[in-house]
Amino acid sequence: MVDQREQTVVEKGSNFLKKWGLSVIRSNSFRIFIVMVIMCVAMWLVSPPFRTANNLLSVAKNFSTYAIAGIGVTLVIITGGIDLSIGSIFGLTGVIATMAFVKFNIPAVPAVLIGLIAGGLLGLINGVFIVKFNLPPFIATLGMLSIARSIAYIITKGYPVVGLSKGILFLGQGEILKIPTPIWLMVVIAIIFSIFLNKTITGRRIYALGGNEEATKISGINTDRLKLLVYSVGGVLYAFSGIITASKLGVGQPTAGNGYELDAIAAVVIGGASLTGGAGTIAGTIIGAAIMGILRNALVLLSIRSHWQQFVIGWVILIAVILDQMRVAKK
Amino acid sequence: MSEEKKKKGEETPFLAMRGIYKDFPGVRALDDVDFSVKLGEVMALVGENGAGKSTLMKILTGVYTKDAGEILIEGEDAQIVDSASALGLGISMIYQELNLIPTTNIAENIFLGREIRGRVFVDKKEMHRQAKEIIKMVGLDIDTHILVQDLSAVQRQLIEISKALSVNARLIIMDEPTSSLTETETELLLGIIKELKKKDVAIVYITHRMKEIFEIADRVAVMRDGKMVTILDGDKTDTSEVVRHMVGRNIDTLFDKEEAPITDVVLEVEGVSTKGFLKDVSFNVRRGEILGFAGLVGAGRSEVMRAIFGIDKRESGVIKMNGEEITINNTVDALNNHIGFLPEDRKNQALVLDLTVRENITLACLKALSKYNFLDKKREKALSEEYIERMRIRTPSMEQKIKNLSGGNQQKVAISKWLATNSQVLILDEPTRGIDVGSKKEIHTLMSDLAKQGVAIIMISSELPEILGMSDRIVVMHEGRVKGELMREDATQENIMEMAIS
Repeated sequence: MVDQREQTVVEKGSNFLKKWGLSVIRSNSFRIFIVMVIMCVAMWLVSPPFRTANNLLSVAKNFSTYAIAGIGVTLVIITGGIDLSIGSIFGLTGVIATMAFVKFNIPAVPAVLIGLIAGGLLGLINGVFIVKFNLPPFIATLGMLSIARSIAYIITKGYPVVGLSKGILFLGQGEILKIPTPIWLMVVIAIIFSIFLNKTITGRRIYALGGNEEATKISGINTDRLKLLVYSVGGVLYAFSGIITASKLGVGQPTAGNGYELDAIAAVVIGGASLTGGAGTIAGTIIGAAIMGILRNALVLLSIRSHWQQFVIGWVILIAVILDQMRVAKK
Repeated sequence: MSEEKKKKGEETPFLAMRGIYKDFPGVRALDDVDFSVKLGEVMALVGENGAGKSTLMKILTGVYTKDAGEILIEGEDAQIVDSASALGLGISMIYQELNLIPTTNIAENIFLGREIRGRVFVDKKEMHRQAKEIIKMVGLDIDTHILVQDLSAVQRQLIEISKALSVNARLIIMDEPTSSLTETETELLLGIIKELKKKDVAIVYITHRMKEIFEIADRVAVMRDGKMVTILDGDKTDTSEVVRHMVGRNIDTLFDKEEAPITDVVLEVEGVSTKGFLKDVSFNVRRGEILGFAGLVGAGRSEVMRAIFGIDKRESGVIKMNGEEITINNTVDALNNHIGFLPEDRKNQALVLDLTVRENITLACLKALSKYNFLDKKREKALSEEYIERMRIRTPSMEQKIKNLSGGNQQKVAISKWLATNSQVLILDEPTRGIDVGSKKEIHTLMSDLAKQGVAIIMISSELPEILGMSDRIVVMHEGRVKGELMREDATQENIMEMAIS
């Protein structure tokens, strides 16, 4: 009797594992995960320096800021929107946080918070233009791209903010258990937002909004508020990415993050999100950012001129999307 | 000689369509249709929405290809494969939504795609001179430099007609040309049509307005369910005969209507108007009642529901729920007041196709299934399971994407979504359109069951048998207004249709 019960429990367990395993294997993130593994194995075989723990950690540290900004824009892209102001918000908030710390002697934690809040407000402004003035996201955030960058120049008079010290430097240069802080931050943020998207009703509504805005609205859901939310959260995450980067470099550059939006969006797209909305995962975005990071590293290690970097990334984006479309069409 | 000629003209009309068939997946849109028009004749084409008028005309203009049958132009076999070949044969169609470019001027619109060229550039002077001549044919004497967006509705119609004449159209098809015109504009247009008759142009006139038909039509062709029912003589018929032929279908399908106790008024709508369309719409619906909304497509039935549900803005009007005035400014308010709305466009407005059956069922009631914003997946699954069983939704699992289900099952999911919110008032816009007979019956049974449970149901339907079969009371709408109300026992296809068209 007891045996029997145990057996069914075991069967149930293995059944669950089987189902779960299948769903993972069938998922889009898994496919690009395989691509990433293949890239790693290939590099592992051809390039001894790639294998070192130091190199791997530095690759991860480098792509972690792309991934954090990417997570922000993943939310936006799932709703069917787009955000071009990533790089500018990244640059401006990096400057704001470092100035608060250096010029106004605000302690590290509140200084960083000020930067994050500024990012959230800038994102909220994007959202207001989109929701209240009915601007297409492309236009609203294109305006912000220009405005935020300009503010960064105005408040710094074009000079970099230098003189960062210990507290704030920990964010970009510190280590916990021998692993660089940015990697930890990326992991924590990824977990938080995976839970947010998959376990909360707001997450579910964000997917629904991207899948069919009209139907979502008619289901009694406040789609305007959802949009304000994703652009604001996006702003906070671009700011986080920008502040970590400033800390990593030890300087708040008003020019920082120029063109960063394209890399962040590329990571999201390689990660399987659809620019028409309704699809995309945090895991996909992390892997997308990782693939780009590994590519950059590989090109350096294989001593291919850096001029080729963008060329290769461009092709990766095109191939990733074409493969994805072929898969969808087959279905 | 002249008599012989006349006789010959009668034998070979300008256009003759014989035995036309057209199938769309699941429906026969045209079933052995014969149709003809003579030069100098106005042929009115009438029928309910979906009777096959547009399909027939689209075959004539090369938008669709026929599955079987023949088309003769002046007695000779005509091959119409695309719109260019139709134009080549002298057939022009003027669509309801006009094909003019608002931001360009009259002359440019008339000569769009066949601009008059000088040596290198467009010869504007010559184009405007000729355009002026062309619009004179329809009685317009205005500057051809005026932009189309600055013209009145009837002027635009006339530009379209003159454009057709300028390409030597011998048959002009007009699809409800007066639907956006005022009374005097309509008179003007009808006058022009009489002129065109004199010039030996053949005209097919699609309309729902009986008055216009009897003013200008020589013959009236009536279609119903893809068939040509009859062709009547314009002089010898009247509205009630035309209506009888339009709706004269046997109500052979039995409806699963069961008596439910009808009690107090739940929803009251008073004087709802919207900008430029709905005018002073009032009605109420009681607990346990099925209130049918009849009318032609475009009469404003869906617009009323959208305005009540907070999707479109209202200019005026009061909404009361259980006797108390409520504010509905957006869909969230409507949901909170326990109103549910199944829109007519299932794929674009009712469902999120990329989500699963489960996710669609629970989309409107997520809040009730959550705690601190975290979704209780166990309860969500239980609820989905419950509705899949209760509504007999045929799906391999609740995790199936909704887009892979049949239309009928999709519709059941869309309705489940509102049942899961415990709506007191359920608005169903064309709930059985485009779904299989079995599902249709199931949805009708469900409506009866819900009424018995005390839900107030508002059902918009363009199928008169469905309206008659399911409704306790019927509101008929016409051009943005409530035309009248009929009790179940007084309503017939004929009296509803007469209200709906005039």
